[in-house]
Amino acid sequence: MTPVPALLDERFRAAAAAAGLLDLAYDVLDETPVGPLLVGVTEHGLARISFDPHPEGQLEQLARLYGPRVLRSARPVDRVRRELDEYFEGRRREFDLELDLRVAPEFHRRVLEELSHVGYGHTTTYGALAALAGSPRAARAVGTVMHRNPVPIVLPCHRVVGSDGSLTGYGGGLDRKEWLLRLEGAIL
Amino acid sequence: MAVAVPPFETFYDTHKDGVLRFLRNRVGHERADDLFQDTFLRALGAYERLEHGEHLRAWVLTIASRLIVDEARREQPQVQLPTEPGTEDARPAFEELGPLTDGLPPKERAAVVLRYGYDLDYDAIGDALGSNEQAARQAASAGVRRLRKEKKQR
Repeated sequence: MTPVPALLDERFRAAAAAAGLLDLAYDVLDETPVGPLLVGVTEHGLARISFDPHPEGQLEQLARLYGPRVLRSARPVDRVRRELDEYFEGRRREFDLELDLRVAPEFHRRVLEELSHVGYGHTTTYGALAALAGSPRAARAVGTVMHRNPVPIVLPCHRVVGSDGSLTGYGGGLDRKEWLLRLEGAIL
Repeated sequence: MAVAVPPFETFYDTHKDGVLRFLRNRVGHERADDLFQDTFLRALGAYERLEHGEHLRAWVLTIASRLIVDEARREQPQVQLPTEPGTEDARPAFEELGPLTDGLPPKERAAVVLRYGYDLDYDAIGDALGSNEQAARQAASAGVRRLRKEKKQR
């Protein structure tokens, strides 16, 4: 065996991204207050945030969606990493990131667009979001869109709650939803 | 979109150690480290055009071999590579071997190209094919026999 030295490995990963040869670059943010996050970025913007820290299981899916040239590479993810850090430290209320939602179906994109306007520290309901997206009776479908949100936290599906104010559900688990809402001061 | 090849990360992770070992065995540590990055950048550049995920090890080691040869050529332009195929000893130029060997089964093709195009020894070809020296020798000679037979039939 000839294990590749870390420096050589990192150099290639950086060069691959710099050369614009990747369909999707990802990295795992190991130490966030909500646990490890996988962050995936394409040339169009942020495409994926996932609470599942084991990228091996997701690579096939990412390759199917974005193309086979999926590689871990830290640098392309730097900006997202920085904005998330600031958010978690309470120093950022809005994200200033391009998003790549190409692979989301049209209804999902419409709902996610409305979701993006729900501000820091505020909450809305599935029904209200459905109405804003032009399908007032589609609260359940909106729930599905939230569950499949490709970029949670940045698109704040944690700010969407049941009509009785209960937290209802969260793709990343209710504990995380509660933590995020508490961070934003939306709940005490 | 159907994915015929594994995600590049998986491919890279599977083959990076083998590629580095292959390069170091052939050109030493310092040059190997430079060629390592070039090898995988080339692989990345061509990755989308791959139609299936078979023989990826042989494929990436072929890229590595080509880089070694290209570099050696640049450094020693006085070395003349034989370009006349036909006699038993002649080594056809790499460019001519590509189309010539198109019809061979992948393993035989890789063995023939690596042996006669890139002048690798059978030990290295065994490495490239994920087998051993003897299997590489057999694959190359089977490939050559097949090519002779096809030539006769034409």
